[in-house]
Amino acid sequence: MRHIISVLLENEPGALSRVVGLFSQRNYNIESLTVAPTEDATLSRLTVTTIGNDRVVEQITKQLNKLIDVVKVVDLSEGDHIERELMMIKLKANGQMRAEIKRTCDIFRGQIIDVTPNTYTVQLIGASDKLDAFIASLGNMASIMEVVRSGVSGIARGEKVLSL
Amino acid sequence: MVVRALRDEGVKYIYGYPGGALLHVYDALFQQDDVQHVLVRHEQAATHMADAYARATGKAGVALVTSGPGATNAVTGIATAFTDSIPMVVITGQVMSHLIGEDAFQETDMLGISRPIVKHNFSVQRAEDIPSTIKKAFYIAQSGRPGPVVVDIPKDMTTPTDRFPYEYPKSVKLRSYNPISRGHSGQIRKAVDMLLQARRPVIYTGGGIVIGDASAELTELAKLLNFPVTNTLMGLGGYPGTDRQFLGMLGMHGSYEANMAMHHADLILAVGARFDDRVTNATDKFCPTARIIHIDIDPASISKTIRADVPIVGPSKVVLEEMVSLVKESTKKPDAAAIDSWWKQIDEWRGRHGGHYRTDDSELMKPQQVIEMLSKVTNGDAFVCSDVGQHQMFAAQYYKFNKPNRWINSGGLGTMGFGFPAAMGVKMNFPDADVACVTGEGSIQMNIQELSTCKQYDIPVKILCLNNQSLGMVRQWQDMNYESRHSQSYMKSLPDFVKLVEAYGHVGMKVDKYADLEGAMREAFALKDRLVFMDIAVDPYEHVYPMQVPRGSMRDMWLSKTERT
Repeated sequence: MRHIISVLLENEPGALSRVVGLFSQRNYNIESLTVAPTEDATLSRLTVTTIGNDRVVEQITKQLNKLIDVVKVVDLSEGDHIERELMMIKLKANGQMRAEIKRTCDIFRGQIIDVTPNTYTVQLIGASDKLDAFIASLGNMASIMEVVRSGVSGIARGEKVLSL
Repeated sequence: MVVRALRDEGVKYIYGYPGGALLHVYDALFQQDDVQHVLVRHEQAATHMADAYARATGKAGVALVTSGPGATNAVTGIATAFTDSIPMVVITGQVMSHLIGEDAFQETDMLGISRPIVKHNFSVQRAEDIPSTIKKAFYIAQSGRPGPVVVDIPKDMTTPTDRFPYEYPKSVKLRSYNPISRGHSGQIRKAVDMLLQARRPVIYTGGGIVIGDASAELTELAKLLNFPVTNTLMGLGGYPGTDRQFLGMLGMHGSYEANMAMHHADLILAVGARFDDRVTNATDKFCPTARIIHIDIDPASISKTIRADVPIVGPSKVVLEEMVSLVKESTKKPDAAAIDSWWKQIDEWRGRHGGHYRTDDSELMKPQQVIEMLSKVTNGDAFVCSDVGQHQMFAAQYYKFNKPNRWINSGGLGTMGFGFPAAMGVKMNFPDADVACVTGEGSIQMNIQELSTCKQYDIPVKILCLNNQSLGMVRQWQDMNYESRHSQSYMKSLPDFVKLVEAYGHVGMKVDKYADLEGAMREAFALKDRLVFMDIAVDPYEHVYPMQVPRGSMRDMWLSKTERT
């Protein structure tokens, strides 16, 4: 099963490599990874999506907690949560397909953020499966030139917070 | 500042080897007498000496190695300590800060290299941080589940002309690291209820008892309940080896009675042990009828390979103390009749195969006889520092450890070359104790250069080299699984060890008859101030038994070359 694990991490040199190293060292899988400083500059927030059975994910959270630089760990998928991913996708868009692509883009509430006579660059935000669905819906309509995805970020619903 | 911080931490000995990146530190060492430096001949030995000091005392040992090859030579020693959860602080020199990343002379990324094999590592970025970083290193190494910590110090951080205010912190706090100090009372009560209802219990304990200083509490609990106790390789000495309730070691080369008792148990109390693959054999066949209580200071060790029914996270000493008082207070008592019949069953297993080996099938001395003699000559009281291989298993099986912290071996990583430097580290800190290195002609050659260090510092350890002229454990597996094709397990050009140690200025003895063994061993231990190397010829065809059958359950064992359970 897919899990979204959120980690509050000391913003120290080498801290990220400890997290990434842990995953490769113990043969855990990383589907996506995002990391950036928080409002407190001494802390980074890291989100990793991984696939594994309950036992593996339990080990992942325990092993993450053991890292000295890790302040807190939570498996967001254990409760209600919101996940978002940002995608920028550059498409070949000319002739009559331009209008068609624009329509599909609107349906997915994407925005065209850059235009040339032959291309569209579309920005789309949503859960990962929505981004997948957009790519699938393009079908033969447009050829994809480039895809950039940010990886998943997540936050718990309601009043639950991950902070110091 | 490095040396002052070590002094203020109360460090007496550090083990190391100088080099360019550490010259400032070595110059500071030269100008003081509080911290004594021991110059090894290879950095690996420095880490093993520091590690063994920690195993014998529970306090972090310190190694000091230079950048580049000095640091990489220390890697095996760091990994050895990490796998066995041994507190150690390793200070590595680094090239000057402005050269880092430029492939400078003797530069390696020691933070990167050591990351998977340390509890934590630090790189000093500002010279004024040295005291607090060293304090943190000791705190992290020694608290919680202990482990090695590397402190990487660029050369320009130790420039003697740069002066900074120095203050060594009395204590440190880290917001991201709070080792647990006691177990969950509700879980402990639940566990005690289960213990009092058990009919076929086994207490299975590991290195967490030894390094967690919980031997007395374990012994008290086992005595109160009259339960059998088995130890892992790392846990030997945690429970008195000559006690009636002790079943010996369990696992791959565990005793028949320990493995049988585990397999048939209805309750297992695991303390400071991690259900390692060398213990459990096939996990899906492990102890089918047992419920499991697992006490460990590291939550990640619980339910990692075997699911615990009652997990208790906490220091073994504190949790066992609480269990002892709960058992004493409880109005319930263990079911004496059930425990008695369980003991009858165990004694029957013990009678059937308890520690037998054959001595009649050849003229040659058996390695087991050598260990039994060592146990006798030293009254089970020596520090036994072992290398890795058949001799290690024989030492674990046949030496009767009555005290904790006396059995010093590389259990998890299985590092050949560990035993001799380990014995040196122990002997330096316990000059009046008998310290024996049990080794083989394979392992000893991995760090034999340290004979020179022993000469320099007068470290009179006793080396018992069980010489079977082959890499015995490899050979045993080849006999059992590869139709005796002895690929590269035979050493054709062994040195004359007696002459070799004499060349280093020590005493060498060659023993090839059992009749001579006791006299020679007593003579060796009587030479209090000399290093004695006993080259003991043992049966090259001997195997270690019992041996669990691969992918079987705990009770599936080879008991000799011809008998199987």
